[in-house]
Amino acid sequence: MTDTKAELSPQGPAADLGPPPGAPPRPVIQIVPLKGLPIVAVVLAFLVASIGFNWQWGLDFNHVAGGALWTGIDLFVGLVVGPILGRLSIPARAEFSARFMPKMVLLMPTLVAMTLAPGFQLALDLGNLKTSSPNHSWLIVSFIVVGVMAIIALSILEPANLAVLFEMRKPRPNGEVIAKLMKRFIYTAGITGLMQVATLVIMTRVASQ
Amino acid sequence: MSLPSKNGPSAVTTERRFAPVAEVGAAALALIVVGGIYMASYAPRRAPLALPIVLAAASGVLVLASIVMLARTKGFAWDKFFLVGRWTLLSYVIAAGLIEFAFVRDHIRGGPLAVITAMLVLFAVIVPLIISFTVARYQSARGETA
Repeated sequence: MTDTKAELSPQGPAADLGPPPGAPPRPVIQIVPLKGLPIVAVVLAFLVASIGFNWQWGLDFNHVAGGALWTGIDLFVGLVVGPILGRLSIPARAEFSARFMPKMVLLMPTLVAMTLAPGFQLALDLGNLKTSSPNHSWLIVSFIVVGVMAIIALSILEPANLAVLFEMRKPRPNGEVIAKLMKRFIYTAGITGLMQVATLVIMTRVASQ
Repeated sequence: MSLPSKNGPSAVTTERRFAPVAEVGAAALALIVVGGIYMASYAPRRAPLALPIVLAAASGVLVLASIVMLARTKGFAWDKFFLVGRWTLLSYVIAAGLIEFAFVRDHIRGGPLAVITAMLVLFAVIVPLIISFTVARYQSARGETA
């Protein structure tokens, strides 16, 4: 059931990412960029303090800044970087992925936490979650949008991101595998980017009622 | 068996087909998310628990199915699976723990807390399972060439 060798995919020399003779050694790929961890820790400490002390400005800052960056990066990656990347050669895509993907490993979960946790607290504090609030139904729709994005991000996007990085660490990375996983990454980033447009509509509605 | 490549007739690679561990895991995650949204939609009131309990139970069954399918996989890169699995498990246990702490601090008690805890446990298992399986499926098992 689990081990049938079934699907064969063509893979030519373009997919062979092993170094040519005499080429300088490839840089070691760091899956989690350790230099970024202190920055993430500071951001999360600020987030926890804002929530813990119910600090209005901190909650607003985290929610607005995190949401703007999350939306902007999602849209930019899915709708601008993605199509450009799709037209590059496989080695160029691999080179780009090696530098781009580790940053996404730290950046996106941090932005998501910055946006969602204060968002829920703000909704409670402002009374927007009460059924009597005109914003109640809009917020339920935003939960659904975020839920769909979470399923896509956690079950497709993040696993694809890490799988690319592990493939890149091999002595001879398989360009076809990287291309396939990157395509998955870019398509799902595009879908979540479009869903972010729905979030923008909902949140501007909520803010103006 | 080989397929002709556009870049050369002999340059082919085989891609193994695996049991749908990640797909079933994603379905389990979706059930948890639906349960979570349902409960959150009642906040700050107490949500009826019947539907979230059914969703959490169904999700638990799917997680078990994923684990069974995974355990029956032969020639799998278990070293990479456990390498990625233990770190992602650590991070998602911390995340789930923080969420649990927030609910406890917000005075959620009794049945709702039990359902939320079950959902968070499933969440903390499912996501690392999906991630580590996806990474390991593209890695060679020990003894095979990369």
